[in-house]
Amino acid sequence: MGNQAIRDPAPVRWILTILALAFLALFLVLPLVAVLVEAFAKGLGAYGRALSTDVTLSSIRLTLIVAAISVPLNVVFGLTASWAIAKFDFGGKSLLISLIELPFSVSPVISGLIYVLLFGLQGLLGPWLAEHDIRVIFAVPGIVLATIFVTFPFVARELIPLMEEQGREEEEAALTLGASGLRTFWLVTLPNVRWGLFYGVLLCNARAMGEFGAVSVVSGHIRGLTNTMPLHVEILYNEYDFVGAFAVASLLAVLALVTLAAKTALEWWHRDELVANG
Amino acid sequence: MTAAALPLLRRTRVASSVIPGFGPTLGFTLFYLSLIVLLPLAALLLKAAGTTLAQWGHILSDPRVLSALWLSFGGAFAAALINAVFGLLVAWVLVRYPFPGRKIVDAFVDLPFALPTAVAGIALTALYAPNGWLGRLLEPLGIKVAFTPLGVVVAMVFIGLPFVVRTVEPVLQDVDLELEEAAASLGADRLQTFFRVILPAVAPSLLTGFSLALARGVGEYGSVIFIAGNLPGVSEIAPLLIITKLEQYDYVGATAIAAIMLAISFTLLLAVNLLQKWRRVRMGG
Repeated sequence: MGNQAIRDPAPVRWILTILALAFLALFLVLPLVAVLVEAFAKGLGAYGRALSTDVTLSSIRLTLIVAAISVPLNVVFGLTASWAIAKFDFGGKSLLISLIELPFSVSPVISGLIYVLLFGLQGLLGPWLAEHDIRVIFAVPGIVLATIFVTFPFVARELIPLMEEQGREEEEAALTLGASGLRTFWLVTLPNVRWGLFYGVLLCNARAMGEFGAVSVVSGHIRGLTNTMPLHVEILYNEYDFVGAFAVASLLAVLALVTLAAKTALEWWHRDELVANG
Repeated sequence: MTAAALPLLRRTRVASSVIPGFGPTLGFTLFYLSLIVLLPLAALLLKAAGTTLAQWGHILSDPRVLSALWLSFGGAFAAALINAVFGLLVAWVLVRYPFPGRKIVDAFVDLPFALPTAVAGIALTALYAPNGWLGRLLEPLGIKVAFTPLGVVVAMVFIGLPFVVRTVEPVLQDVDLELEEAAASLGADRLQTFFRVILPAVAPSLLTGFSLALARGVGEYGSVIFIAGNLPGVSEIAPLLIITKLEQYDYVGATAIAAIMLAISFTLLLAVNLLQKWRRVRMGG
């Protein structure tokens, strides 16, 4: 940008930069700082005590369990869907991709509602489930299902364009040389997409652990049993236990920051092996 | 139409590929997609389709439902507009003005994507409550944010910002500097160049970012309910009303509101898509 004619005058640059940074500070930095300040408002001891109650620990455990089930399932789906879509030609592909991305345009609350309509007591399958004593809604299976729904597109959305970009020549070469399909997948395809996969898993996991609306609809808020960390934050907050609420929130904020840092590191060092779609 | 529809989901180039696994992978993809996404959504449509006209009339004439829908869509629209302006500004500064720490700031823009909504919700409430850091400053001016519709908009601005920045940024990076030089050498000043050259180039991406932020705001729940105050008819958003109806076992009411929200959101997104397509055709590329 050496050309003087298209350079903005220094005062303009300064004013616009300060304005943009002020906006970001107001809307992004300040809320994050508020979480930490409120969490430590009554000192380190109160923070530690807030985090070590039984119900808080059980909410952390449930969040980890839910993520440990939903993320791997979506990874398996992402890998199979991207293999089918990127390595073969068939009609209806763009419709299929749109359907895979559908959960992103559904409100979290509606994402929970659809499972209530299906598995709730008054739902389509409700009476049958009740007869067989299977609980989905207001129990862990419902929470897992709602989480899978809201995180559904993350891994696939990362892998599909990446695999399409990489083409099929390498796989075709390996297969022609006699490698089996699975071996080709493990030794050729997977190494090629590993950073994209990691990127997708990162975002999928952050959303799985942080999901609130969808999980809130199906959880039933049973303390110590069906409360994930975000739901536990709400309960503590509504009970005016602000230190407790912000202490649990601070853990989730740290998860968000770690996710952002890892995501940024991936974008800096492996940009060529990711698809640029933000 | 029929000729194009025939090979739907059927391989079109069977002979030329040696790659195995088409059947199993596509089969699993369709199975999992149906199980998790399509069937549950179909259950919603089925329930909505079973709603009688009288029930629809009852729901659509309920002022509480109408004001909740109005707040969710109106608030999201206002927030998306604010984000269109400030998102463009942020993207512009990040692309055009190098300053120390720019990369860190750029990475930080994604915070609303990564931060759980409940955390954002209680943090914003703590800031804008009458005794909060910002609420305390605004109160003497007579501005109330927390527990009012304005609070709803603030939360939606937070949640929607990255959509605009991330869609506009790459386009801004690709704007041809030579076009700007040409405009300048023809006597245009910077403002004219911005409005006549740069803005038209980024307009489609700005519209995409705007509609993504709008769609996200309409459905947003977690970051809004804490700061909104949730006063029925005033600061109660549509997703919360769905939950309220569910808690009263009013499945019909909850489903109807959800169906209306989905219908309006999908129409909006479709309209924007068609607009983009029409524009591309008209621009010849």
